[in-house]
Amino acid sequence: MLSPIILITAVLNGLMTGAVYALVALGLTLIYGVLHIINFAHGALLSAALFAAFFAYQKLGLDPYFAAFLLAPGFFALGYALQRFVIGPASHGDDRNMLLVTLGLAVLIENALLYEFRADTRTVELAYSFKTVNFGFTFLSVSRLISFVAVFVVALVLWLIMALTDTGKAIRAVAKEKLGAELAGIDVTHIYAMTFGLGTACVAIAACLLIPTYYANPSAGNAFVLVAFTIVVLGGMGSVPGALIGGLVIGVVESLGGFFFGESLGQVGIFLIFIAVLLLRPRGLFGVSA
Amino acid sequence: MSKQKMPFSRRRFLATTALGAAAAASGSLAMPSVLRAQGGAVKLGLLHPVTGALSYSGQQGRIGATMAVDEINAAGGIKGLGKIDPVLGDAQSTPDGGTAEVEKMNAAEVPCIVGGYASSICLAVSQAAARYDLPYVVDVGVADSIVTRGLKNTFRFGPGFGVIAKTALDNLTVINDAAGKPAKTVIIVHEDSLFGSGLAKLLNAQLPPKGFEILETIPHPTPTRDFNNVVLKIKAQNPDLVIPADYYNEYVLLARTMLEQHVRPKGIYSVLGGAASSYKFLKDFPEAAKYIMDCNHWFNPKSAKALELKKKVEDKGQFFTYELYMNYTAVQLVADALEHAASTDRAKLTAALANSTFSGHIMPYGPTKFVNGQNEGAAPVNTQVLDNDIKVILPPEFANAKAVFPIPA
Amino acid sequence: MRGLLAIAFVVAALAAVPLFVHSNVVLNFLVVTLMIGLAGQGWNIIGGYGGQYSFGHAAFFGTGAYVTAILQVHYGVNAWIGFLAGIIAGAAVGGIIGGLAFRAGLRSSYFALVTLAFAEVLRILASVAPITGAGVGLLVKLDLRAQSFQFQSRAVFYYVVLALVAIGLLIAQWLERSRFGVWLIAVRENEDAAMALGVDATAVKLVAMIISAAITAAAGCFYVQYFLFIDSPIAYGTWISIEALLTPIIGGVGTVFGALLGALVVKSLGEGAKFVTGDVPGLDLMIYGVMLVLVIAFAPRGLVGALADARAGLTRRFGAGAPRKIAEVARG
Repeated sequence: MLSPIILITAVLNGLMTGAVYALVALGLTLIYGVLHIINFAHGALLSAALFAAFFAYQKLGLDPYFAAFLLAPGFFALGYALQRFVIGPASHGDDRNMLLVTLGLAVLIENALLYEFRADTRTVELAYSFKTVNFGFTFLSVSRLISFVAVFVVALVLWLIMALTDTGKAIRAVAKEKLGAELAGIDVTHIYAMTFGLGTACVAIAACLLIPTYYANPSAGNAFVLVAFTIVVLGGMGSVPGALIGGLVIGVVESLGGFFFGESLGQVGIFLIFIAVLLLRPRGLFGVSA
Repeated sequence: MSKQKMPFSRRRFLATTALGAAAAASGSLAMPSVLRAQGGAVKLGLLHPVTGALSYSGQQGRIGATMAVDEINAAGGIKGLGKIDPVLGDAQSTPDGGTAEVEKMNAAEVPCIVGGYASSICLAVSQAAARYDLPYVVDVGVADSIVTRGLKNTFRFGPGFGVIAKTALDNLTVINDAAGKPAKTVIIVHEDSLFGSGLAKLLNAQLPPKGFEILETIPHPTPTRDFNNVVLKIKAQNPDLVIPADYYNEYVLLARTMLEQHVRPKGIYSVLGGAASSYKFLKDFPEAAKYIMDCNHWFNPKSAKALELKKKVEDKGQFFTYELYMNYTAVQLVADALEHAASTDRAKLTAALANSTFSGHIMPYGPTKFVNGQNEGAAPVNTQVLDNDIKVILPPEFANAKAVFPIPA
Repeated sequence: MRGLLAIAFVVAALAAVPLFVHSNVVLNFLVVTLMIGLAGQGWNIIGGYGGQYSFGHAAFFGTGAYVTAILQVHYGVNAWIGFLAGIIAGAAVGGIIGGLAFRAGLRSSYFALVTLAFAEVLRILASVAPITGAGVGLLVKLDLRAQSFQFQSRAVFYYVVLALVAIGLLIAQWLERSRFGVWLIAVRENEDAAMALGVDATAVKLVAMIISAAITAAAGCFYVQYFLFIDSPIAYGTWISIEALLTPIIGGVGTVFGALLGALVVKSLGEGAKFVTGDVPGLDLMIYGVMLVLVIAFAPRGLVGALADARAGLTRRFGAGAPRKIAEVARG
């Protein structure tokens, strides 16, 4: 069973899965890097976005890849509003309070989805849902290949925003030194909200990429959250390239780990890496020293 | 934290008063079911995990149970006792949630509780109810331990693990033999909690003596986000048979991935496959569902009442799932026992259940006979997705189609 | 002395409850609430007094639970001895995790995440290891006798968990009065300054972690005796990590009664939400989430803190001694 073909396929599977993890982690790392909070509501927002993607297809007939262009700005606005009008004010600026507020939001969002849409899973079947590309030794799913490419595109766009736009520079400034940035005239409240909005937009795009091969239900997003945390830590909190590479690494580790040790035990590999990074190199691959 | 220290006495006094107030408030808040009861002579506790991880199944179960109650009430209620007043409870998908509801239902003086769904919840509920000698009828929960602890109050109308696994294996052998024994090698894919692990253990013990070779047993967590590697392993070893034991979502992902990767074993034979005998799965993914066999809870397809109920449910836009009709039947069982007991006294009801010969129901079971709380007549059936419908292929007395095995190329 | 009196008063008041309340619905509710409160008291030691927010206290709860269950089910060990063994095992795990984390200098969010990771690792291992029954879990034999630490009457369970909670209160009280407590609080307020003053921050945090883990492990052991069933998601799931941190934070982090008050309030809110919303799935939990956000928004130091603020507010408004005067008037 250890033939190279199988191994290569496992690695390829891992890379494609990892790419989507990376996109979810991108949002989280931005939010952590700037606001210094672990956004507990991330998973619930992903679940909400999956529902949005599902309904965009079902009610509006929009292919998820096109829906992304609609949902990303929509969820950006949602994230902005949440941070600006709920999380920020409720937390009184205390990090630990922010944690709890996002936790409360997570419970609220997940159960609102449950109340509104019930618990049955919703799936979409698109013309290309089962299509694969034949690479000779293996079949790779078309949707997953598209996701893989899309994630890099999104990461690039994000990186460009951070490097070239004023907002991006302001975000980086606030992340590095909040007081200084404030003194320099940057509206920190607005920047916080922008960052949260960007993070949520990433989640929306990830949902659109996932929906062709995954499903929507009120707790669907939770499955990705802990992995996303691991990637954020591995890649370095606040680092976009870190999240990307970290995601791919974790994807491959999960894939190979699951392959050799069983799907259940294989998950341990992710957390052991998590712990090892935290204990030995907390700033991760690309992060700044704490 | 307070930088300015207050004298302890004042702060403590305020705090303890608040504690006292909270404790008193919690007391009065914990009595909602009595106030919610609508009126009706015979109360019946319906306990399902309608929120949390198991909410879909819980909600389906509740629908089935309440449909039975409505039908019975429409026909005038239970003979001699009156209409049923359902006391609904939410187990919140946890054993402690279930236990708390049992306490409330007991306080509301229900003569019986139906439901539970998940084995871990059923275990907690049966125990909590046993304290009050409160009869409890399991709707689905298949763990054998539910009925083997010697609890006199616990009854299960449907089959447990042991029976299901045995029937599944016997039937597999029958199907395989009838086709000329094309299947020899097997891979088992199962979810790693009580349901899947328990089943995998049984299969591992009982398949080899029947001449099957287990190439690998692949456990996975619930939820699992991706089955590509699991399918890769299956593809690499090319078994004749794949035996999945999963909950709905994972089963769907597995089947879809297998289709995508062009993995076509001679048969996909599930035991308690979460989606394998699900109309929802069939509707959403007809291609992936084709020819899948399952050994699972099912209704009697030759029963006119069952088909009538099915139509009623589907007209409402719901799926006719096992949680629904097993709860429907469980409630009917209790109603029948209440009629025979001619009383809502718990001891009399327990005796009536223990001696029940309930018949005329929609399940494909043998004659009802409870031994230590388990209905010995209960059995699963084998289904297969054929002609875009789910047909029963075994046992012959309930079958409405012939098995197609191996899967045509 | 005043502190001990207050504890005695509270415990006596709570102990009197079963004398007046015979409803098993309420007793069950209170038993579970106190058990959660106990877990929260454990968290409060390292999180409240120590300022290190752990997101993985399930690691201790679950270890306590599994050790006592395994000893009873597989080795026939007496339940009371199992209980003690569970507490010791939980404390040991606390020592290991704390040792690794503090020695690596992890603080704040990093510490929170590493504790979360450890709890997850344990959860996954417990879900596959044969000794824990893997997916099937462990079922402790029903044996309603005192020597098996099982009781027919819910009131007895109530007294047991109340006794444990009382011990928790005493430990917190000791912490507030002792030199060790001063060191711990100093580390919480400003670790570097404390170290500059000669406090061995790592050792202090580690000891606090061990105490914290032992208390939460006791809650886990109790769970097993009360429900007689344990499996991986119950033992090591995020639910208990969240409950353990939520209760002291709502009630008043870093205070003696905070965890207990928080547990009563949170659980009552949950029941209240269910009462108001009836049987509609999800609505009660939605209200729960909203309440959480509101409490943080308007009473961020928890209820005890809010009461302190109220007193301070009265003082500001009406001058020093105002609260006492108001109380005198109220007493009549």
